[in-house]
Amino acid sequence: MLKRYLERFSWVDFFLRLFQIAIIVALVVGVTNTLRSGKYTIEQWVTLIFAGLAQGSIYALIALGYTLVYGILLMINFAHGDVYMAGAFTAVFLAQSLSVTGFLERHPVWSLLALIALASTVSMVLNVIVERVAYRPLRNAPRLVPLITAIGASFTIEYSFRGLYGAEFRAYPPVPALSGTIHIGGFEVPIVQIVVLIAAVVLMIALYLFIERTKIGKAMRAVSEDKDVARLMGIDVDRTIAITFAVGGALAGAAGIFNGLFRPQGVFFFMGFIPGIKAFTAAVLGGIGNVPGAMFGGLILGVIESVFPNLMLEGLGIPAVNQLRDAFAFTILVMILIFRPQGIFGERLAEKKA
Amino acid sequence: MSKRIFLIASVLIVASMVLAACGPKKPAFECTDAIGCVDIAPDEPVHIAYMLTVSGATAFLGEDSKGAIEIAIDDRGGKLLGHDILLTGEDSLCSAEGGQTAATKVAADPTIVGVIGTNCSSAATAAIETISNAGLVMLSPSNTAPALTIEGETWQPGYFRVCHTDLFQGRVAADFAYNELGARTAATIHDGSPYADQLQQVFAARFKELGGEITFQGAVNVGDTDMRAILTTVAADQPDVLYFPIFEPEGDFIVAQSSEIAGLENTVLMGADGLLADSFPENAGPNVVGMYLSGPYVTGAAYDEFLAKWDKKFGGVPPSGFHAFAYDATNILFNAIEKVAVVEDDGTVHIGRQALRDAITATSGYKGLTGTLDCGDDDYSAFGIDKPSHGDCSTGEALGIFQITEEELNGNWPPPVVYTP
Repeated sequence: MLKRYLERFSWVDFFLRLFQIAIIVALVVGVTNTLRSGKYTIEQWVTLIFAGLAQGSIYALIALGYTLVYGILLMINFAHGDVYMAGAFTAVFLAQSLSVTGFLERHPVWSLLALIALASTVSMVLNVIVERVAYRPLRNAPRLVPLITAIGASFTIEYSFRGLYGAEFRAYPPVPALSGTIHIGGFEVPIVQIVVLIAAVVLMIALYLFIERTKIGKAMRAVSEDKDVARLMGIDVDRTIAITFAVGGALAGAAGIFNGLFRPQGVFFFMGFIPGIKAFTAAVLGGIGNVPGAMFGGLILGVIESVFPNLMLEGLGIPAVNQLRDAFAFTILVMILIFRPQGIFGERLAEKKA
Repeated sequence: MSKRIFLIASVLIVASMVLAACGPKKPAFECTDAIGCVDIAPDEPVHIAYMLTVSGATAFLGEDSKGAIEIAIDDRGGKLLGHDILLTGEDSLCSAEGGQTAATKVAADPTIVGVIGTNCSSAATAAIETISNAGLVMLSPSNTAPALTIEGETWQPGYFRVCHTDLFQGRVAADFAYNELGARTAATIHDGSPYADQLQQVFAARFKELGGEITFQGAVNVGDTDMRAILTTVAADQPDVLYFPIFEPEGDFIVAQSSEIAGLENTVLMGADGLLADSFPENAGPNVVGMYLSGPYVTGAAYDEFLAKWDKKFGGVPPSGFHAFAYDATNILFNAIEKVAVVEDDGTVHIGRQALRDAITATSGYKGLTGTLDCGDDDYSAFGIDKPSHGDCSTGEALGIFQITEEELNGNWPPPVVYTP
């Protein structure tokens, strides 16, 4: 018995197990210490949770773009964060003029629909162009090659916007209809966060139905299973891939508007970088290539990075926890890659795909 | 063979003697300056440079200073000692990297006599050594971090600042919070830049000295967008005042998100001159109404005249509060150049670099827009600083506390002043 155990024993596994235990102990100790100190009220925790959910739903919408493309092409579209920026940046001008003319105040619903339509169109068209120019000619190239062109596309988009609109920060105007708070279970929650959360969830359900119930969705699933067989079955593979990029881009554009409602400041040419990486983390967290995984991964990441710096790290006596938020989110990415590379909802990928 | 070499050599020697005799007469001026001279030929301009943040989120500071430098040049008809004034510029951004890059470029140009800049203390901290080693003088219109003029900290020979140090600004802000607002507890947030960090330290020290309590001193990262975590930490102690002397857009996020946090309902928000920008109220949104900003406050007939010139040249009002310092800095530089320049009969000008530094240090009783300026050494032992201080021209008189009202949301600028020391 002992002999067999020793034969299988590996120091790497041992240290990983030790690492796992250390993390769990740190988590439990940190959380208990913070809760026992009673420094924060329940209202403050609820504030952080709802802000995290709203932020997470924005991550989720962007993460869907990553995961759709990965599912079908097995590549990471690193320009996706900038596609999101493009929609948000373009729509900020429309939002400002709607606000100045008073239309935003009189017809908030129409205004928001117009903004979402504009941002989604811009992001959609841009994403399709990126696919056509940067990825399609390299469809059969080694897998590292489209990754490099993705980074090139990312810089091209960023600095084109810098050239077009300058490096200043812009801000979405406040939407009067969405200001204020509502009561949920005795807590005051900003209306805008609830609206963003619900709208994002509606879009995600719509996407799920689109993939599962429509003919195009079926084609997308077929191409993601096996491109060659799909082509034999009469599916236009290039067109299906273009549609996938279009859908991902449109969702990113909508996420740009939701972000503008939830967090109006800081619209500038580089704004897509961090949300892009966070959304990628969310997609990996949920299991890359898996659509419901991206939705839940986004929401979970949003809540974790909103709540846990205060909840866990502060209890461990770490100072300036708010500055560690990004570090915390990316530590989670590393943890997933170590302990559960397939993500929460992902299945282990076959050799061909991985 | 050897005969031929001898012949060629002797021809060359004779030729060189003849050429030397016909060549231009050696100038009478000989540079005796310890760190060299700038020589300006009769048809060459006097070259000064700016290193300001003219792009990005803090471009309002750079535009503000640059406009004032141009007005100061216009006031002299574009001429100094009979030469045209040439103004070139580098974008020093509001970062250490930007300051270092700009300084390297400026230091590489031997025709530059002096520099006006930088705007941000972070850029100055990175630039100061390169500029000093190149023998240049650098007059800043808006660096406020105290360490920049303290020997043994950041100061280097050749550096001068015309605006107030934050030893004054932090004190005025703390005095206002404690005495006028009646605050007894305060929290501060900085962004890791020398400007914000040193300013909040001065504020906290003064606030404690007055008898108040500092509940929290924290920092955000430049580029953070979600301030709810740090605001929740601040809210745990429900301080009377939250002082965050940082820049846009991080300041916008703090203001915008502060209303969502339970426990901050009665906390007064206070920023500093980094947020004193005409774009700030609109970007931060309706929560700015009622908040306070400390910053430069200049009055007087000469200043009104300056504003009239600005309106004529650029239209409107300057976008920030440091233009008057930039105007004074440019004039101090020009006066010092005029004082030390050696002008030859044909119009050639020689400027000793060490002599120029000494002349600026000797500037005393200069009546500028921002008060009576002395650029000599200062004694800050009253602020608990024992090290010697050099190059501070300002007396710290031109400071005030502004309060943002509904009017500023609708485009009015600057906001009204509610307190002066």
